[in-house]
Formats: sequence, structure tokens, C-alpha cells
Amino acid sequence: MNFEYDDEQEALRDSVKALLGKAYGDFEQRRKAVDADPGFDDSTWRRLAELGVLGLPFAEESGGMGAGPVEVSLVAEEVGRVLAPEPFLATVVLAGGLVEAAGSDEQKAAVLGPLAEGESVVAFAHLEPGGRWSPTATAVTATSSGDGWALDGVKEPVPHGARADVLVVSAALPSGGTGLFLVDPAGTERSGYAVHDGSRAARVTFSGTAATPLGDGGDATATIATALDRTRIAACHQALGAMSFQLGATTSYLTSRKQFGVTLNTFQALTFRAADMYVSLELARSLTLWATLVSIAGSPEEIADAAARASLQVSKASRHIGQEAIQLHGGIGMTAEYAVGHYTSHLTALEHWLGDGRFHLSTLASCIGDHDEVDPIP
Amino acid sequence: MRLELSAEDAAFREEMRTFFTTQVPQEIRDAVASRRELSKDDIVRSQRILNAAGLAVPGWTVEWGGRDWTPLQRHIWHEEMQRACVPIPLAFNASMVGPVIATFGSQEQKERFLPPTANLDIWWSQGFSEPDAGSDLASLRTTAVRQGDEWVVNGQKTWTTLGQHGDWIFCLVRTDPDAPKKQQGISFLLVDMTSPGVTVRPIQLIDGGHEVNEVWFEDVRVPAANLVGEENKGWDYAKFLLGNERVGVAPVGQTKRVLAQAKEWARAGGVLDDPLVAAQFADLENDLLALELTALRVVAHSADGKPHPASSVLKLKGTVLQQAVSELVVDIAGPASLASGATADESDVDDWARVATPAYLNLRKASIYGGSNEVQRQIIARTILGL
Repeated sequence: MNFEYDDEQEALRDSVKALLGKAYGDFEQRRKAVDADPGFDDSTWRRLAELGVLGLPFAEESGGMGAGPVEVSLVAEEVGRVLAPEPFLATVVLAGGLVEAAGSDEQKAAVLGPLAEGESVVAFAHLEPGGRWSPTATAVTATSSGDGWALDGVKEPVPHGARADVLVVSAALPSGGTGLFLVDPAGTERSGYAVHDGSRAARVTFSGTAATPLGDGGDATATIATALDRTRIAACHQALGAMSFQLGATTSYLTSRKQFGVTLNTFQALTFRAADMYVSLELARSLTLWATLVSIAGSPEEIADAAARASLQVSKASRHIGQEAIQLHGGIGMTAEYAVGHYTSHLTALEHWLGDGRFHLSTLASCIGDHDEVDPIP
Repeated sequence: MRLELSAEDAAFREEMRTFFTTQVPQEIRDAVASRRELSKDDIVRSQRILNAAGLAVPGWTVEWGGRDWTPLQRHIWHEEMQRACVPIPLAFNASMVGPVIATFGSQEQKERFLPPTANLDIWWSQGFSEPDAGSDLASLRTTAVRQGDEWVVNGQKTWTTLGQHGDWIFCLVRTDPDAPKKQQGISFLLVDMTSPGVTVRPIQLIDGGHEVNEVWFEDVRVPAANLVGEENKGWDYAKFLLGNERVGVAPVGQTKRVLAQAKEWARAGGVLDDPLVAAQFADLENDLLALELTALRVVAHSADGKPHPASSVLKLKGTVLQQAVSELVVDIAGPASLASGATADESDVDDWARVATPAYLNLRKASIYGGSNEVQRQIIARTILGL
């Protein structure tokens, strides 16, 4: 048992931290980047590609680095720490992860190569109006005719859907089940908009839009579920990075801001609440690290369980820390020019994109009778 | 990064599991499992079995019966013991006074006290808190005045847990009332509780039990040789002791076990199907998992002997979860919990349900002792967050 990063992993973290710190260490830069479409900075995206980050989890044959969940988690944490708006999770971990898991060799080379090189943004069009966090699709349907497949229906919200060069789309199959397709967005109608945290999403409408089955086609529900679970675990790390920043910003503020002639850390009513934020953060970190280690070699069921557990803990922590960070800052925490509130906004978006705490609690509660206790060590 | 135990640690875990589940008498383990109060004899018997196998005081130096284990192995030992419903070796002996004597005591003190302390031939009590010295322990007022070869002790200690069984008591006493700082005038003294002038008076608690006591000292004469380490350095030894106390104070294994039992009780009572109850189980189970993993992070990283910063989290969250699980058990028992005053002969209600509320009330202590949770927050805020 060992919870330490090795030297290579530390080196990866250092270079990602340096790159993103340079880009967004000054929060004004982040505000500028998210003010204009596509909601992130193309040059930072390219620099991430040069560092190998955009191909990190893909096999070398697909143009990637062949790295595992621990490396992905380190990047996600650094992305969260500065709230980098580049779509690492949505594009690399989720959409890219699906192509890596289900695509044919040709598709992997065609989609993941350009993605890893920063030349192409891939998005996963999966969520549907009125839907929640199911791994299946119902509102978009796939039909096959003699010369191929066509999709009909609406996907929304599609993270980074308007900017995407390639769409991975889930659709209800005529034979039942949910299939995955590659779609050229030119054949869709897209309306993009800003999300409250500065990110981007879109409504994507398919009307007889030509689509290519990903890999062998067929029901991909299990593949989608596992890709979502892996993304959830990485998202927990992104949240850890964001919460670490918020706790640090809050303690700095408490030691510098003066009221009644003294710094705020004079008041135990405030410092105790900061201590509770630390407790929440450390508990969330422990469970998230564990989930990442489970996901290295775990079965899909084990990964699903670990993802639900980490997501629940991070949901509780991110609401607690996100809300308290604003409160302990007072009015300044409410302002758009100050960073801390944007982090709360992002943590909220992250959770509702991939499944909120109640969703995961409900999953865990439904199988509470299946086991006596949870043993974290295999 | 690696989750699996090494082959060596996995074998160690198996060895501990086998020992605890086969060598400690079933009736003692059953009593722990049904949350009944253990007799002094049960506690002594269990500790002697562990001691004979070298498993009572692994944290001590090897010379005095300790084991050269890694922090992770010590954690596994502690968890497996709780998992198997084996009583933890008496904390006053095994994790408080023993390590202090082994680390700071004279050779004579080590030879005289350590073997019977490990074997629970001496039952130690703790004489730290006083009526006016709780969280502010250093303001204690019990005095020891040197007269020839003896110290003469006067004052009052309180919250002395299981003091009714105590043979000896280790006390913090004020030996220099004029020291510039109140922490500097304190010494660590070992007192035979059969000495004339020592009086133990029970304190009844809200759970109806007699667990803690007041201990009065009236002109109690203590041989000078019973002072541990240096005169007026007692505060350092107390900090050392409390540091040890905090690490073992998050009873993760025990809380997990009670939660697993509670699931059975809830199932039998038909309340596990209630989605609100199921959600509460799931939430507590997840918090406990996070706590257990935090404990593992702490032990995996504390090889250099320095406590991991997250260790205050263990005491704080560990006691909160211990209390929350005990609260859930009362809710599962429901109206049956009102049979708390009945003996098994007088009531059809199961043991666990009869003790549910007394256990819940009793465990309110957990966030108060061993450095209250407010003190833990203070430690986190000051030492970790720099506030």
C-alpha cells in the first residue's frame, strides 16, 4: 500500500502546474479566456498538446502516451486548481475515452491522433433534454438504411458541443440498447451558449444526420457507463484541485482582512469553520485517491462503486467548501472579479454534469443490503 | 501509488485475523459484539492472552515487549482486533503510561512497572483532569510538595475512567507553583491507589452507568522514586502521551462493525427497506470509508515518526461518526429502546436494543475526551492552516 506519487508523476504534475499557472495564475487571464468563444484559450490548448496531456490516457498506437488514471488525476487536479477552462475532462477523458474504448483502430487513429495533437476538439453528445444521468439514450434515435446510419433528435446540454470538430453521439438503437456514433457536426444544427461557470455547452439537433457506428456498433451502454465513471473519478480530482484553492484563498483572507481593528483569524467562529473545511477536503481526498487506485485494474462494477462513493463524498465537500469559501470572504466572494465564487460555480457545474451527490447516494442506498461492510483493501 | 497490501502485510493481516478470532474466548467477543459492559475480569483475561502472544503492547520499545512493526502493521493489528470484537488493551496501560515510562522512566521504574503494566497485573488510572482543568489542562492545581524522600500530594482529580478498578494512578501534579509559565511547574507522578489519603468516589453518568470517578488526595505520601523523568517536565510527557492517545482514538474498525451489525438489526426489524434509512446507512458507510482511508493515508506516511497533519481529522471525524452510528442504532431500535432499564429476564427486547440508548448517551463523551473536538479544530486551524 502506497499513496505517494512517483518521481515521474511528480514531474508531470510540476510541468502541468507550471503551464497552467503561467496561463491562469492571474485570474484576470481566465476571465478573458472564458469571455470569448470558444470559452478557452487555443494557445494553452496547443501547449497542453505539446506536453502530451491531450493524449495522456490513450494507447501509443492511437497517438497517445499510454498513461493511467493516476496521471490523468494529476492533470485534472491542476486544471481544477486554476479553473483552467480547457476541456480536458469533456474532450480527453470522456469523449476521447469512449473512442479509445469502443473505436476501431482506424477510428482511434483518425480521432485520437488529432485530438492528442490539439488540432481537433471532440465532444460527447449524450445528455438529453429532460434526462438525468443515465448511461442510455432515448431522445436521439438511430436508424439504418442501405447506405448507413442516420440520427434524429436533440442532445442538450452538450459540453463544448458548438466548438467540437467531431461528435461522439449516443443514440437509441432500433433493436434496443444504446449505440455510439461518430458524427460530423456539419450535419447538425448547433446553438452554443455559456454555462454559469464560464464553460460552454450547446443544443445539438440531429435531423437525418449521417452517423458512423463507433467500432462494431451494437449496445454500448456498459462502455458509456464505465467511461462516465472514469470521468467522474477524474472530475473528483478536478474538484479537489478547486477546493484546495478555495481553502487556501480563504485562510489567506482570514489572516489578512481586518475588521474591528484585528485580522479575521482572531475570531474562532471563523477559524473553526475553516478547520471543518479542511476536514471535508481531506476526507474527499482520501476517498478520491482510493477510487483512482481502484480504477487502475478494477472491474466495471468496482469502478462504478468507487466512482459513486468518491462522487458522493466530493459532492458533500464541494458544497460545504464552496459555500463556506464565499461566506468567510464576505461580500468580496460574491464579486465576478474575485476568483473564489467562480470556483463554487464550477464545482456546481461539474457535479450536475456528471451526477450529483443525491444521485450517487441513491445508487449506493439501493444496494446497501448487498454487503455487510466495505473493505477498501483488495 | 498502490492499493494492495504487500504480500508480507497481507500475511500479517491474516495472522492477526486468525489469532483474534480463535484465541480470545468467544464469550468475551460475544459480549463486545452485543455491546454489553465488560467485567474487569473479562478485560484482564483478554489482555493477558494478547500479552502472552506479544500482541498487547506492540507500540512499546522492543526491549519491553513492543514489536518492530511498521505504522501500517500497527494499524492492521488495531483494526483486526476491533473487527473480531476483541477488547482493545487497556489504553491507560498500553498507550498512555506504558510508553511514557518506557521513554522517560528510570531503569528501576521500567523494570518494576512495565511487565505488570503490559500484562494488566497493574490496572492504571489516569489522573489528569481536574474540576477547573479540563481543556485547559495546564491550569491544574493538585500539588505535590517534597518532604525528604517523599512527595506529599493534595488535590482532586476527576473523570477518572474505571478508577474503581485502579491499582495505581499516573498523575500530573504541580511541583513548582512559582514557575513563570503554568506548563513549566508540572511533574508526572505514579501513585499507589491503596496509599492512605486516596479516595475514589463514583460519578453517575447520564447513561445510568458508573464509568468515571473523582479521586481525592489528602496528604498522600508518595516515594520520590515514583516521579517519572525530570521534575517539572511533566507537561512534555503529557503532550507525548496525548499525542499517542489521539492516534488510536478514532475507532474506525469498531464503528464499522457496529454499522454492519446495525444493518442486520435494521433488516430484521424491516426498516432497511425504508429509503431514508437506507440512505442514512449509505451516507454513514461512505463517510466511514473516507475516514478509514484517511487513517491509512496517515499510517502509510508516518514512517518517520512524525504525526501526519491529517491525524487531527481522525479524532474529530472518528468520534462524530462513532456517535452518528450509535444514534442510528437508537432509531432502528425505535420504541424497543425504552426497555433500557430491563434485564434480559425482565424483557423480550434484544440486548442490542436495550443498550442502544445508554450507548448513544455514553458516546457523547467521545467528542469531549482525548482533546475535545473543539480543541482538535483549534489544532487544525493553528497548526495546519496557520490561522
